[in-house]
Amino acid sequence: VKTIAEFAIGYEQMLAADGSPVGELPAFARDGAELVRMYRMMVLCRLFDAKAINLQRTGRLGTYAPCTGHEATHVGVGAAMRPGDVLCPVYREYGTQLWRGVTLTEILTYWAGDENGTNFKVPRGDFPWCVPIGSQSPHAAGVAMAFKIRKQPHCAVAYIGDGGTSQGAFHEAVNAAGAQRLPAVFVVVNNGWAISVPAAEQTAAQTFAQKGLGNGVPGVQVDGNDMIGVRAVMEAALARARAGEGPTVVEAVTYRLSDHTTADDASRYRPAGELEAAWKLEPLLRTRRYLESRKLWDDAQESALRADCTRQIEAAVLAYQNRPAAHTDSMFDHLFARPPAGLAAQKRLARRFGTGKQQES
Amino acid sequence: MAIVTLVESINLALGRALAEDPEVVVMGEDVGVNGGVFRATVGLQQRFGKLRVQDTPLAEGLIAGMAVGMASQGMKPVAEIQFMGFIYPALDQIANHMVRLRNRTRGRLTCPVVIRMPHGGGIHAPEHHSESLEVLLCHHAGLRVVCPTSPARAYGLLLAAIRDPDPVIFLEPTRLYRMARQDVLDDGQALALDQAFVQREGDDVTLVTWGAMIHETMRAADLLLQEKISCEVIDLTSLSPIDHDTILDSVAHTGRLVIVHEAARNAGLGAEIAATVAEHALYDLLAPIERVTGYDTVMPYFALERAYIPSVERIVDAVRNTLRG
Repeated sequence: VKTIAEFAIGYEQMLAADGSPVGELPAFARDGAELVRMYRMMVLCRLFDAKAINLQRTGRLGTYAPCTGHEATHVGVGAAMRPGDVLCPVYREYGTQLWRGVTLTEILTYWAGDENGTNFKVPRGDFPWCVPIGSQSPHAAGVAMAFKIRKQPHCAVAYIGDGGTSQGAFHEAVNAAGAQRLPAVFVVVNNGWAISVPAAEQTAAQTFAQKGLGNGVPGVQVDGNDMIGVRAVMEAALARARAGEGPTVVEAVTYRLSDHTTADDASRYRPAGELEAAWKLEPLLRTRRYLESRKLWDDAQESALRADCTRQIEAAVLAYQNRPAAHTDSMFDHLFARPPAGLAAQKRLARRFGTGKQQES
Repeated sequence: MAIVTLVESINLALGRALAEDPEVVVMGEDVGVNGGVFRATVGLQQRFGKLRVQDTPLAEGLIAGMAVGMASQGMKPVAEIQFMGFIYPALDQIANHMVRLRNRTRGRLTCPVVIRMPHGGGIHAPEHHSESLEVLLCHHAGLRVVCPTSPARAYGLLLAAIRDPDPVIFLEPTRLYRMARQDVLDDGQALALDQAFVQREGDDVTLVTWGAMIHETMRAADLLLQEKISCEVIDLTSLSPIDHDTILDSVAHTGRLVIVHEAARNAGLGAEIAATVAEHALYDLLAPIERVTGYDTVMPYFALERAYIPSVERIVDAVRNTLRG
């Protein structure tokens, strides 16, 4: 038997766990202010996550999906994208979304069970969070198809988890994007766990990056706790897509340092010691050490940043808590541009019986 | 004026829509050079190119999902599912995304998608090619479901569906694709959505039906007329929302109601119509409501499909039941 096709998966890491650079860093890393901007966003995500979990634990927020541990991946992807691109997220990629203009108040509003949270003021074209696993992937292929037909220089970026790659929709979308050379990038965030199922039980594949190969789409793996590496790999994938060369599957290897959601207890299924080991690789400290090594950051700036983030978060929580109460009309008012005549009677009925809040205790 | 079949009228409407709006894209399996397995899209790729009339990979969920993505950016995809029996993989995208996107983003992103598909049996097709699954779609808020019965209505309603700012499922009765011809003026004139048509006026019994069953229902009405039984026939056309007012007006006049549909009886659309008439017009009724439907079996292989599809005789029998006593 002769070999008729060969494949390889590359691995990228630019910032080691101790904060030391690996090899020559990409051009954007020369811009210290830009690196600081990315680091600041990672810290905001980390502190916001703690606040949101606290709000849920104290009955002031619904079930929430934390992002702790994923900050470098999320911010790296966001920083590589352009405003005209479109993001199709899963449900915990706040770092990317905040970078693109989604607000903390909108995130809280969504997790409080209020659709107004998905009406992002910016960016208007991005998809809202996607709960049915994998089903956002074809949306990215469709958005990319729209860009291709209109000859717009934009890209669609879809997130998916390690577990999500088991869904047919993911493969269908990657395949379609490959077949039509669509301007799309599929980012697999391999955080080790699909709720309670470890990545090793999800698939026999050595990497998630290679999930594109069977569909004719190249893949690359990157250290997802390295914001410089993630951004570099994403910039390359996006440039390739914009040049009409088709999609890429990017696997960012990170770790879910939190529970799946606030309704989950990861201690039920995660082996002892794994979480502690993962904390040694987390993204914030290595980034800070690197910035300090370049004299871009110091303790005073860190304290000031944390105080500033806390102020931002408190203001967002206040705006969230002061938002208008939901009205029953809103169930009916956004279903159609031209609602069928019959809905009006049900809208009146819902008004008559109200929100049902008085029945909750 | 052109004298065309129903499938040819769909082709006319698609050509018109592609010509008048650069955001319209026709997509699906074999819709390109092959022109669709029923030839609904024949010639369109030659006229509008491979991007605006595009063959997709063979995955119905992908077709629906990509249509959501395209529509979210303002395009107007008109997707074809090759047969309604293959709708199941697309339901995830339709139910979870297509019908919800406007609502969950409070109107920021919308889904002006049309999904066309052949509906119903009676053409001796292999298994899975003859299903009547409209209730799977009618249950979802945020979606319109339309089923035309003539070339002119197919033309006008498809244009209306494509121009509508929200998703529309467009069911094409397979049995009627080439059954009759009609003059259709390709003038770009759309018909109104959400409305039933009174196909024939009558006094004694109201017959409500849709899709290919219009054929058997009209024949039953013809036979009954020979016995001086006058049937009012309503072509429901809009399966979601249902034009209940037209039905209630008719029942107020006739006092009797027979609902005819090819889909299975259990939890079928006939039950929704019967319940609404019971709620609003019980005292107009002179006899119990009758339903003439497909059986609560799976759609049989085609050797028995004519036994499954309600026959003229079954419809006549049900009308007689409402006139007894």
